[in-house]
Amino acid sequence: MNPVQVYERTKERFPAAVLEVVEKAINPFAVVDPAAIVDVCRFLRDDPETAMDCLSNQSGVDYKDRIEVVYHLFSYRLRHNAVLKVKLPRDNPAVATVETVWKSANWMEREIFDLLGVTFDGHSDMRRLLMPEDWPGYPLRKDFVEPLEYHGISTVRDSAIIRLDAKKK
Amino acid sequence: MPLLNTLPEYVLTTKTDELLNWMRKSSLWYMLFGLACCAIELMHTGGPRADIDRFGAAPRASARQSDLMIVAGTLTLKMALRTRLLYDQMPDPKYVISMGSCSNCGGLFQLAYSVCDGVDKIVPVDVYVPGCPPRPEALTEGLLKLQEKIMTERWLTRQSNGHTQVVSEA
Repeated sequence: MNPVQVYERTKERFPAAVLEVVEKAINPFAVVDPAAIVDVCRFLRDDPETAMDCLSNQSGVDYKDRIEVVYHLFSYRLRHNAVLKVKLPRDNPAVATVETVWKSANWMEREIFDLLGVTFDGHSDMRRLLMPEDWPGYPLRKDFVEPLEYHGISTVRDSAIIRLDAKKK
Repeated sequence: MPLLNTLPEYVLTTKTDELLNWMRKSSLWYMLFGLACCAIELMHTGGPRADIDRFGAAPRASARQSDLMIVAGTLTLKMALRTRLLYDQMPDPKYVISMGSCSNCGGLFQLAYSVCDGVDKIVPVDVYVPGCPPRPEALTEGLLKLQEKIMTERWLTRQSNGHTQVVSEA
């Protein structure tokens, strides 16, 4: 089954949840209603025709007007893949966790929360993964402003070659 | 003339300071502190070919047993706080070698939001070893430079404030 067939099958089952299917892309993807993402994912995992038994990657993107969470699904049994996207508002983005569908979502969702500030409702352990607990803001957001110091450690270093000060102002 | 059976008859004269420094420099136990790819070269330096052990440097797994901290790799701001804690746990006299571009100045990653631009912002550094990563020969040279520095110290010199302080002539 190629990805577009997977999206068509999903659309038959959930006509309202699949908002858009984009075929002309390197990885054709489907945009899914955030409220239905868990049901769609569980269907794609359990349906014997799709059998998406692996969430190979989950990531987030900041597009300045919205934040997207991207799900890369793969089926080891049937050797096909699919990409789902969820569009979220930039203020307090939140979507239900798919940790209940694939356990591997746990750390990937924590990483997205850490770097982009997307909250995953129902997640068992919603803490930062990489950055320190007391880090201000979310570093991969486009409007992230780098702090000039962290616990008294200056993040600016004078250099004759690169004017770090100019970059960090 | 073979030294065997004749050495016990000799008398060696030296200065107490130099004897202390000689003992100190000949037993520099370094803490395992590999943070990134420099750690591979650090392991190689401790291995059979470069064999830093012939200068008396042995790896220790605990800060409390170490004389020397070799900071090998990219120091993130999160790790920087732990580095300070580990440095404070080391018993005096203690020394720091900054190994590689990353721990010298942040190196390749100095513009990243999460990287501390140089370990010298956290702890005092005795020897900087340049390179990305430095070869084992370079780290061995850094250790020899540190030994030179240790030999110039005057541990038993009493300062005017009554405290014994380290005075380095270098």
